[in-house]
Amino acid sequence: MASFDLNDDGVVCIVGSGAGGGTLGNELAQRGVKVVILEAGGRHEIADFVNDEWASFVQLAWKDARTTSGTWRVHQDFAGLPAWIVKAVGGSTVHWAGASLRLQEHEFQIRTTYGALPGANLLDWPITLAEMEPYYAKAENKMGVTGTNDIPRLPGNNNFKVLAAGARKVGYTEVHTGNMAINSQPRDGRGACQQIGFCFQGCKSGGKWSTLYTEIPKGEATGNLEVRPGSMVVRIEHDDSGKVTGVVYADDTGALHEQKARVVAVAGNSLESPRLLLNSASSKFPDGLANSSGQVGRNYMRHMTGSVYATFEKPVHMYRGTTMAGIVRDEARPNTARGFVGGYEMETLSLGLPFYAAFLDPGAWGRSFTSALDMYSNTAGLWIVGEDMPQETNRITLDPVVKDKNGMPVASVHFDDHANDVKMREHAYAQGAAIYTAVGATRVFPTPPYPSTHNLGTNRMSANARDGVVNKYGQTHDIKNLFISDGSQFTSGGAENPTLTIVSLAIRQAENMSGMMSRGEI
Amino acid sequence: MRDVDRRTQVSRRGFLRGAATAAPAGAIAAAGITITREAAWAQGAKNLLPHTMATLVKAARDIFPHDNLADTYYVVAVSGYDAAAAKDDARAMIEGGVARLDADAKDRFGQAYLDLPWEEQRLTVLRANEDTAFFKKLRGDLVVSLYNQKPVWVKFGYEGSSADKGGYIHRGFNDIDWLSDA
Repeated sequence: MASFDLNDDGVVCIVGSGAGGGTLGNELAQRGVKVVILEAGGRHEIADFVNDEWASFVQLAWKDARTTSGTWRVHQDFAGLPAWIVKAVGGSTVHWAGASLRLQEHEFQIRTTYGALPGANLLDWPITLAEMEPYYAKAENKMGVTGTNDIPRLPGNNNFKVLAAGARKVGYTEVHTGNMAINSQPRDGRGACQQIGFCFQGCKSGGKWSTLYTEIPKGEATGNLEVRPGSMVVRIEHDDSGKVTGVVYADDTGALHEQKARVVAVAGNSLESPRLLLNSASSKFPDGLANSSGQVGRNYMRHMTGSVYATFEKPVHMYRGTTMAGIVRDEARPNTARGFVGGYEMETLSLGLPFYAAFLDPGAWGRSFTSALDMYSNTAGLWIVGEDMPQETNRITLDPVVKDKNGMPVASVHFDDHANDVKMREHAYAQGAAIYTAVGATRVFPTPPYPSTHNLGTNRMSANARDGVVNKYGQTHDIKNLFISDGSQFTSGGAENPTLTIVSLAIRQAENMSGMMSRGEI
Repeated sequence: MRDVDRRTQVSRRGFLRGAATAAPAGAIAAAGITITREAAWAQGAKNLLPHTMATLVKAARDIFPHDNLADTYYVVAVSGYDAAAAKDDARAMIEGGVARLDADAKDRFGQAYLDLPWEEQRLTVLRANEDTAFFKKLRGDLVVSLYNQKPVWVKFGYEGSSADKGGYIHRGFNDIDWLSDA
């Protein structure tokens, strides 16, 4: 396993080890590039994971302070927890559910397709689906996505069977157990899914793809990749010419170290990545690094989410088996006759009793609420994932008051739903209710969004430097050896779970970055 | 399809002994618990008044009423407040919150909250207090301290940890048998 010197200025330093950073690190290491990944969290292996929602949350979640504002209900219910993401090696690929869907063609061109929508800051991606297709194919093969590469789909659990029966009665046709980066049969040295449930708490079988036990050990095996857990990057350094030269990070004791680097790639998720650029402001870059456009931190997207739970006369036991192996895709197609642009997916979702109590209707009490919990075992659930509109005013800023233990201002997250988001959510609640009512639901619950798991767009890609932060390779417009490698690159969110696209972009970025390095361009 | 055996898996007495209750375990009556100031778990509190402990349990039951759950689970759910009340500010917040509930209850119905005989009366008092910091803290804490008790899970048909049992691949992940009747 490699170990690089702090003064080795030949390394690529990647901040974060999740879908973007972990994949980029391995892809570069395979090409012979020396890589140091700095990960803020600890390294928890499969044996350490626990099938216990709150205990796992304590083990894995990013719990460092953040602040919130805006009219979104998360601010009201979870003011200090805007996002439910992971602080550990593997990042949120430890926690993710495995849904791996390609963005649709029109979703790369939303300004062209949707036109100028008042209040929204729509922009086409500088890349097309056709350009992305080879990288999607590589990612699907790497991750072992069911329904691709002749990999059979997962068997449906009880929660899926309820969803599928209802969806077909309503008339939906694109209904199956999804394209999941979860092994339906042994593959790539990992076993098949054991239908454990607890996909969000770290997969105990290793059947679900995570950079923790795929990309990272493969990269380490090349001798070109070092992962340093417990390393919270506080600042990116640059020289007088404006090139970045390395990063300063705090270890678990709070001691600061500087890792020199030839290239810095930021992959800390869409809250921490813009925070780091803003916290790296200097006399040369007073508004933060790579922020000549003023777009760093803006256009924050979190998907138009929500859930629908329904109770039935007879048991379902929704928590048994793969959490998200079930999807209805018919509403993801564009159809403005519904009164909104974009579309949404409906995917099976279950929570254990502790989290169901916490998230079904935050703040609720009394018999209306407890009678719903009394029916827990007879409950089915789905999650709505829809395209939300990028808005300049939905943004990450530095909190003027609250600082972390290293003395750095924390991320403050402001979010208001766009009118289009609200219309889409109302439509999705009604359709979700129709699905369950069709198979005899006795009561249906429209459930508000959870703390955000799909955090996107805060360092967006743009063809023109004035419109965004990075170019089509994730390279910042302003600083040629500074890259963004996570979901904050997204110009728009699409209706699909973002991880497959993050991984595809990281594969593509590694190819281009190593090319730029070998040509001496960076 | 395989359903879940919801019978209590451990004795209440043993369960309470294992939980972090303030009461000396031997003092707990095995034959059911009632929510009174005289109950051993209330009398055994170190930092809070017995009346306060009993009122917290009563309020917990009224906030998240489950008629199939014995009082013991609500006693456990609020038991952490006694230790927390070792700090002056926490004790003042809890005792003050209970005092306000009692004042409201006496204004409206002439008796302390704990002594109001009917749920609807107590709910009237709780609704009048639901915007207070005390109520919000109590409700927010209870969502975890009540529903995160493993002996409670089985009462709702939730089976908890599954990886140690081989997952559900051979234990009913797809055994639903009533959809054709729907």
